[in-house]
Amino acid sequence: MSVTPVLQGSNLVKTFGRVVGLDGANIELYPGEVLAVVGDNGAGKSTMIKCFSGAHSPDEGEMFVNGDSVNFKSTQDARSAGIETVFQTLAVAPALDISENLFLGREVRKQGFLGSVLRMLDKKRMRTEAADHLRNLGIGTVQNITQAVETLSGGQRQAVAVARAATFGSKVIILDEPTAALGVNESARVLQLIKDLRDRGMPVILISHNMPQVFEVADRIHVQRLGKRAAVVTPQSHAMNEVVAIMTGALTVPEADQALGPVRVAA
Amino acid sequence: MAQASTPTVDLAEEFMERRTPIQRVQSVLHRYPYISPLVVLVFAIVVFTLINSRFLLPGNLSFLTQQAVVIGSLAIAQTLIILTAGIDLSIGAIMVFAQMMMANFAVSTTASNVLPIAGQNPALSILLGIIAAVLAGAVNGFLIVKFNLPPFIVTLGTLSIFGALTLILFKARTIQGPEIPDLLKWLGNTIEIGSFKLMYGVILMLVMFAIFAYILRNTAWGRHIYAVGDDPGAAELSGINTRRVLFSVYMVAGLIMGISAWIYIGRVGSASPNADPLINLDTITAVVIGGTSLFGGRGTMIGTLIGTFIIIVVENGLALAGLDQAYRVLAVGILVILAVAMDQWIRKVKA
Repeated sequence: MSVTPVLQGSNLVKTFGRVVGLDGANIELYPGEVLAVVGDNGAGKSTMIKCFSGAHSPDEGEMFVNGDSVNFKSTQDARSAGIETVFQTLAVAPALDISENLFLGREVRKQGFLGSVLRMLDKKRMRTEAADHLRNLGIGTVQNITQAVETLSGGQRQAVAVARAATFGSKVIILDEPTAALGVNESARVLQLIKDLRDRGMPVILISHNMPQVFEVADRIHVQRLGKRAAVVTPQSHAMNEVVAIMTGALTVPEADQALGPVRVAA
Repeated sequence: MAQASTPTVDLAEEFMERRTPIQRVQSVLHRYPYISPLVVLVFAIVVFTLINSRFLLPGNLSFLTQQAVVIGSLAIAQTLIILTAGIDLSIGAIMVFAQMMMANFAVSTTASNVLPIAGQNPALSILLGIIAAVLAGAVNGFLIVKFNLPPFIVTLGTLSIFGALTLILFKARTIQGPEIPDLLKWLGNTIEIGSFKLMYGVILMLVMFAIFAYILRNTAWGRHIYAVGDDPGAAELSGINTRRVLFSVYMVAGLIMGISAWIYIGRVGSASPNADPLINLDTITAVVIGGTSLFGGRGTMIGTLIGTFIIIVVENGLALAGLDQAYRVLAVGILVILAVAMDQWIRKVKA
């Protein structure tokens, strides 16, 4: 069992003044799996994810992508390494339209003189592609691709953010509470989207408070507690109430009973 | 996932149908924020023409465009900055600084306290003035980006600093027209179309408006300006280097101020360190009346152009109607407040 993790963090430490976000956290994401990260508020889930997405840089510890050590200085660095993140606070620009948001930070320019000298954006192409992506992802409730994002509902904005990650993530997609603001139907669609991504071989990290959702899609469940990894279990090995017990520290799982290695054979 | 997704669409359409006429107007204005200033401008022109038929005479129209040229070109810089949710109070001071730099380099006998300059090639003088303005803009940008200082405070400081530097470096001396080489005044030349005189500087201003309207709409840099002004945190997480965008905006604004300085010399025919102390506020007024939001992220160049002309038309029209200067100030003040109230209302739109 020596599968190289797609994404690995080892001994990550991150403090904010006197607040300790991460206190020597480890995490491994293996090819083709959905890894759920659960934990109480303040357990350091979002902090860890922000390290991988380049929004924070860890004080100590190392991060690896496919076994290579990486050091992200900006979100742009993480994106060029193939890691796409949907943040809890949606990183969309409200005044820009859907297609502009989808391509924000990696706009497509026109071919030839217009693009290279006049730097003209190929809006038509971006709109067509954006519409295609949204349709492929089954997000069809958006009527107009040139609609400003601020005119969309919370769920639709979330869909735009998820679509952006799904469109551009080449190695890993990280979703931080993607269903927190969504209704039942929209949540179901996002979960289906996560399964679809896994079926295409894309590893996904899902941070969620919603245990039924975690148990529905996760291959392994990483339980974070007080800035560290408390245990990694699977939906088969442990029940929901046991996972909650691990989160609160009421239950500890011996390493031998954990699912620290890959449980899913990559396609 | 077998559940039908069609009802959602129907529901959405039903909501569209349910909107009141006022909501429709609101959402159109949200999409095209320059419509309301345009209506105001047309309305003002019609009213002032009815009051005094001289308003539409070619001579008066030429005068209007020349009155608008400096405020208009500086307002381009102000628009870029306000779109990033910033503000620039130093715009006039930097423009005057650049203007005095150009003139003092170009004149034959030096007027400077400190620099042993004068007698430079006119083209070089203009270039040096523009470079000075770009550097001044870069100073603003550097302080704002590097130390995270609010633009209001930084530019309030540089307003005083560049104002003082102008007086210290160049004595408090106005350089009169005859001393200034023709190239510096070149933009004051006019093309006569019948009895309408089109100043070169006006053409340059319109070209700059067109260029920056294009840049804002059609380039990644332009779209990033909106994204940064709208929500800097989201822009950063989306992979935009917000600091670089902000810094470059202040530098480009400096460039526009430098060009405006050249236009100013052409317009006035001389260079004075005490030129137009209120022009900062005029540019902000033009931008706001033109429908650009002071909170950043929304606005257009065409709106600013319209806003500039609203100020000038109201001023000129009220003068032709025989009203006192105070009424012009009153009218512009009311317009500004209306424009901001309008902006607040439009921002509440739901499509």
